[in-house]
Amino acid sequence: MFFRWIERNPFFMAAWISLVIAVAGLIEIVPDFAKAARPVEGLKPYTVLELAGKEVYKKDNCIACHSQLIRPFKSETDRYGDFSVSGEYAYDRPFLWGSKRTGPDLHRVGRYRTTVWHEAHMWNPPAVVPGSIMPAYRHMWKNAADIETAYAEAVTVKNAFHTPYGPGIRKGKEAWEKYKPTVLAQARKVAEEMKGTEGVSKEEVLKMIDSGKVPEIVALIAYLNRLK
Amino acid sequence: MQSNAALEYDYSLAKKFTFLTILFGFLGMLIGTLLAAQLAFPSLNYLLGEYGTFSRLRPLHTNIVIFGFTVSGIFATWFYIGQRVLKVSLKESKFLMTVGNIQFWLYFVGALLAVVSLLMGITESKEYAQFEWPFDIVVVIIWVLWGLNIMGLIGIRREKALYISVWYYLACFLGISMLYLFNNMALPTYFTSGGLGSFFHSVSMYSGTNDALVQWWYGHNAVAFGFTVPIVGMIYYFLPKESGQPVYSYKLSLLSFWGLLFVYLWAGSHHLMWSTVPDWMQTMGSVFSVLLILPSWGSAINMLLTMKGEWQQLTENPLIKFMILASTFYMLSTIEGPIQAVRSVNAIAHFTDWIIGHVHDGVLGWVVFMIMSAIYHMTPRMFKREIYSKKLIETQFWLQTTAVVLYFTSMWIAGITQGMMWRAVDEYGNLMYSFIDTVNALHPYYVIRTIAAIMYLAGFMMFMYNIYKTVTAGREIEEEPQFRTPIAA
Repeated sequence: MFFRWIERNPFFMAAWISLVIAVAGLIEIVPDFAKAARPVEGLKPYTVLELAGKEVYKKDNCIACHSQLIRPFKSETDRYGDFSVSGEYAYDRPFLWGSKRTGPDLHRVGRYRTTVWHEAHMWNPPAVVPGSIMPAYRHMWKNAADIETAYAEAVTVKNAFHTPYGPGIRKGKEAWEKYKPTVLAQARKVAEEMKGTEGVSKEEVLKMIDSGKVPEIVALIAYLNRLK
Repeated sequence: MQSNAALEYDYSLAKKFTFLTILFGFLGMLIGTLLAAQLAFPSLNYLLGEYGTFSRLRPLHTNIVIFGFTVSGIFATWFYIGQRVLKVSLKESKFLMTVGNIQFWLYFVGALLAVVSLLMGITESKEYAQFEWPFDIVVVIIWVLWGLNIMGLIGIRREKALYISVWYYLACFLGISMLYLFNNMALPTYFTSGGLGSFFHSVSMYSGTNDALVQWWYGHNAVAFGFTVPIVGMIYYFLPKESGQPVYSYKLSLLSFWGLLFVYLWAGSHHLMWSTVPDWMQTMGSVFSVLLILPSWGSAINMLLTMKGEWQQLTENPLIKFMILASTFYMLSTIEGPIQAVRSVNAIAHFTDWIIGHVHDGVLGWVVFMIMSAIYHMTPRMFKREIYSKKLIETQFWLQTTAVVLYFTSMWIAGITQGMMWRAVDEYGNLMYSFIDTVNALHPYYVIRTIAAIMYLAGFMMFMYNIYKTVTAGREIEEEPQFRTPIAA
């Protein structure tokens, strides 16, 4: 019998196991791969500042409690806006759909929340949403977002996956030094919309940006505003 | 049964990994308990500054439990079972001992560094695959070393036919290798941008929907090949060994093994129901999830029937009690999963605490119970001492069983409550509840879950104490017990 034989021949057993395991992946994942990667029309890649914000989102693991996937039910579209479609995620590496909603979905949070709302909320969530169990993320005002790494990511996806970035995004230190003011200007624009909190004034945030550092909170808000 | 008297096994690796299993088990559960408490009492988020928030700690909990506790448990039991069912001692091969020791130290140091990296927020942010690329490489090396040991030991075996447990360990090794490699494909941005930014950062090779598909093909099957396959392999060895009963049916074990391997991988897409993944994949995920009941229950029933005619052992031997309950929780968990994979149920259950409940009745009830019984079985044989206290095991058993039941019932209610509240509309079709209403409604269940977590952790500490006392002060035994593990009354 086949199985009696294979139990005595470990090499063939290992080969057979691998084959049996691999079937599902091949049949399910491969066929629609190219199609699923296509962007919707008019989709723009994330700016370097937004990418830096996405890194903050990843670093503090917002995905533990927030999804970015609106399912096609009326109860969801009423609450969060249009249901999500595949092409909207074409530039999301990694995808950040999440698997648990301890807090609400954020896929279109940029449509209904503002810079000021996020600023007040990240500083002290229960003050904005009474009863909220979300922790405050005040360290985001102190820590600088890693804009250089975000730039490195933009360069990488431009070269490797042909993500449509402009000619300013190029390899090397020099190109980055040249591009950096663009990022700082974007950050300044977001910061100017902010009001300041009881702990950190608007001026301090602006001063940090003028010294060449973008506070994490500014990058994060730029990213959240982009989610539309 | 053949006597093992002629061979002297080398348990040094099994002992080392057993120690790590206990250490990581404690750490993982401690952090888990803190997380549970943070949801009930948010002020607990500020104990460790920016490093202590729920969001930052959650990957630490999952990764320590998966890659720390469970994987050490798999290694520990392999280095124990492997020699015995292949009838060959690690003493016979210097090479395999060296490989095993390198594996151990690399794993220990790698695990500590990985913990630090997650605390720092260095993460790929893919669930259960958070480690950044340098740590991924270390994981791959450790895994290959382990594979080398499996293959090597098989290569020099005396027993020609591979016992059922070996099939499962082999499948665990091969399955995880495949999944881990494909899911973690990423480009390190430092090298592709001409030396800019962080050395650790990388960007996924897949985007959006594809990334989700590969991730959940991995995520679901990391559960398959980490939390199911090797644990089934353990029970196939330890239950017959502890009870002195032969496995009930060879055919049933064949059917469930090959069935499990073939069916499990398809089911990954049930994590992506109602998402932007093509419909046909979601349907496949749903159908195969239901099919998965067959091989899962096949193994579990095979184990229960192994006890046929010997059910009195359940009252006499606490280890049998642990293993039978583990098997039962496995059945519960593997019927619950398919139910959640039905489209209409998934629409309510997805994104809620019901999923968290499901994971925990599987892990707390099945994985942890099984690994603890394995350690209870192995310790007297490795250290030649009697288990220190039966009373402690009994108390631990009831405490932890109650804890698991409290945990999953509270999370079921929490999940279904929230799922129903999200979709509730008034007579005019307007949403009835704001999101925060649905959060505040869960408070009592979060409190119950915290209590359950504390109880379970307390039970685990009893286990730690019992093992510690066994090793240091248990009564010494001359001859290795053939079946039932000796336990002091």
